[in-house]
Amino acid sequence: MNRISEPFLQRLAARVGLGSPLHKLRGGVHPEGRKDLSADPPIRVLPLPERLFVPMQQHIGAPARHLVSVGETVKKGQLLAASQGMVSAPVHAPTSGRISAIGDFPGPHPSGLQMPTLTLEADGNETWFEADIPADPFALSPEEVATRVGAAGIVGLGGAAFPAAVKLHLSRRSEVRTLIMNGGECEPYLTCDDRLMRERAQQIVEGIRLIAHATGASKILVGIEDNKPEAIAAMQAAAKATVVQVIAVPAMYPMGSEKQMIQVLTGQEVPAGGRAADIGVLVHNVGTAYAVQQALCLGRPLVSRIVTVSGGAIMAPCNLEAPIGALAADLVRACGGLRIDAARLVLGGPMMGTQLSNLDVPLVKGSSGVLALTSAEVEQTRPGPCIRCSSCVRACPMGLLPLEMAARIRVGDPAGAVDWGLKDCIACGSCSYVCPSHIPLVHYFNHAKGDLAARERLKMKNEATKKLADERSERMARIVREREEAARLRAAKKAAADAAKKAVAVAAAAAAKEKELA
Amino acid sequence: MIAALLSLTLLGLALGLGLGYAAIRLKVEGNPLVEELEAMLPGSQCGQCGFPGCTGAAMALAEGSAPITLCPPGGRPLIEALAAKLGVEADISALADSGPQVAEVLEDLCIGCTKCYKVCPTDAIMGAAKQIHMVFREACTACGKCVDVCPTEATRMIPLPATLQTWYWSKPEVAA
Ligand code: SF4
Ligand code: SF4
Ligand code: SF4
Ligand code: SF4
Repeated sequence: MNRISEPFLQRLAARVGLGSPLHKLRGGVHPEGRKDLSADPPIRVLPLPERLFVPMQQHIGAPARHLVSVGETVKKGQLLAASQGMVSAPVHAPTSGRISAIGDFPGPHPSGLQMPTLTLEADGNETWFEADIPADPFALSPEEVATRVGAAGIVGLGGAAFPAAVKLHLSRRSEVRTLIMNGGECEPYLTCDDRLMRERAQQIVEGIRLIAHATGASKILVGIEDNKPEAIAAMQAAAKATVVQVIAVPAMYPMGSEKQMIQVLTGQEVPAGGRAADIGVLVHNVGTAYAVQQALCLGRPLVSRIVTVSGGAIMAPCNLEAPIGALAADLVRACGGLRIDAARLVLGGPMMGTQLSNLDVPLVKGSSGVLALTSAEVEQTRPGPCIRCSSCVRACPMGLLPLEMAARIRVGDPAGAVDWGLKDCIACGSCSYVCPSHIPLVHYFNHAKGDLAARERLKMKNEATKKLADERSERMARIVREREEAARLRAAKKAAADAAKKAVAVAAAAAAKEKELA
Repeated sequence: MIAALLSLTLLGLALGLGLGYAAIRLKVEGNPLVEELEAMLPGSQCGQCGFPGCTGAAMALAEGSAPITLCPPGGRPLIEALAAKLGVEADISALADSGPQVAEVLEDLCIGCTKCYKVCPTDAIMGAAKQIHMVFREACTACGKCVDVCPTEATRMIPLPATLQTWYWSKPEVAA
């Protein structure tokens, strides 16, 4: 069932009442959804933890630079750290309280490396920072909307955490026509977007219209997987009488990936190595639209998000609205704790999320889920040799040959893998998921991408150090030259002085002689 | 007056043209391969290859009298690049790849003698007399010269620590 059958598509199109049928997709897999675990209970607010750990790097790009010092009291929503560089995002206080420490803390990163983090002791009052709220956000200029989105620290909430304002500014410059809102949520277990759309559709639609206003996009499509009928109904009701079109798309992994969502809704393919903006499309996650609405209409920067806490090992899976910086352990505790020992802890979805070694890791803006999976839910089989069954080829949504790429990387030839299209791999993990030999294909690709980037960095470093070495040799040569010059000058001066002395002596002698003669 | 101007201009032109022609006609050919190879080498002139500097190493490489594994600071990427350039097979297996390295100054041991500072070919060491010195990792080529000169063994080589910006997944274990 890799290809979506035509009649099915038409049925689907008829069901959601739209003229344009959906477009075909390549590859994809159908992992067990397990969304029922957490989809039913309404979103609860996480009881405020005593301490929050706010990392300075929660987004793709340069880390934010902190502006507060230890001991300072801050209000909720106050700017804690400013963005630096072109691609970056500021960080705001997730609650009111006192900054008790600034230092390195284990972060939600697969390396387990520590990252610069502010520790905030909550005072429990949740006093908001005074913000200026525009009377009518739609009266603001598109640039102003994008700038405010940036100032509110909003990043892509689907997982990649790319600064939203950077995308908005870029889209306006490249004259994006189509805005696609991604409500795919194709990762198993995750239901945070589902719940958000069911409960806060009105706000999402308003956020979508604000994003459209900021970019000038005229066509607005919201793609939601058809395994979320309640969310589709809620969004359609909220979008009635607006230009926003809500479209059901077939449930499959990785439908929620930007490139796949574009293809299924518009039939257009993002060119290899290119960006969505190149074909006039901008994609944002529905959660991001909600954050935009909160920022523009209520003056609230991004300081909390909806997180799915789920997995077979969680006592009572559900969705929590949690402040940024709460520990994964706080969330698990709020869901009744662990039922049994977890075989794997994941931040994000099971396919693309980050594996955690323990739960004492803070939540960041891009964290969509905290999963505690049992050994029955995770396969832990030793990889075997490739049997060239080509399952991975059929599964790959990008039309790549994972087995060929992995073979190149295995023998230490990542450049060879690039020839097979490594740069187009979106690291979705569909290939690893279907491989009967349990080969960690996507792990190979992640490794090779990092390896290539490291080589690139080394090349740049070599160029830089070479320049330094050249400058140094030049400087050394100059110093030698200057010394010689100085020595020569000294010698010349001495010679001149000697000559003068001599001349004086000669003159004196001559004078004496003259006197004698006289 | 005009005659003087004219004759001087003409003279200048004639001499200039003559010189230009001679420069093209009588040019001493540098070996382009040596130049290209030199451009690939780290350029820190550290001498670890046993040649007086990167130019000497490039000349030996062009002649084929030196192995392409000669340059420790260049590491594996350089070997691979040289292998591709010179069309020879690299025997990397013999080379234990210790990964990228950098120098580090142990603060407790440094007496601030400035020896390392003076010898570093890329100005990667910062410090002044009687002060603890430190290494700029971005500029250090891991040539090891500072380790050789330090009187108190305060400098040493360590594997370049990974940062959030540089960390990446290790290679999966190969199937049994
Ligand atoms: S799915 Fe696995 S075993 Fe089959 S061809 Fe791909 S890598 Fe080989
Ligand atoms: S991880 Fe890469 S190669 Fe594997 S299926 Fe996804 S896009 Fe294709
Ligand atoms: S710091 Fe030491 S190892 Fe690094 S480049 Fe300078 S002298 Fe060489
Ligand atoms: S050579 Fe050794 S003791 Fe001297 S300044 Fe360098 S590190 Fe310090």
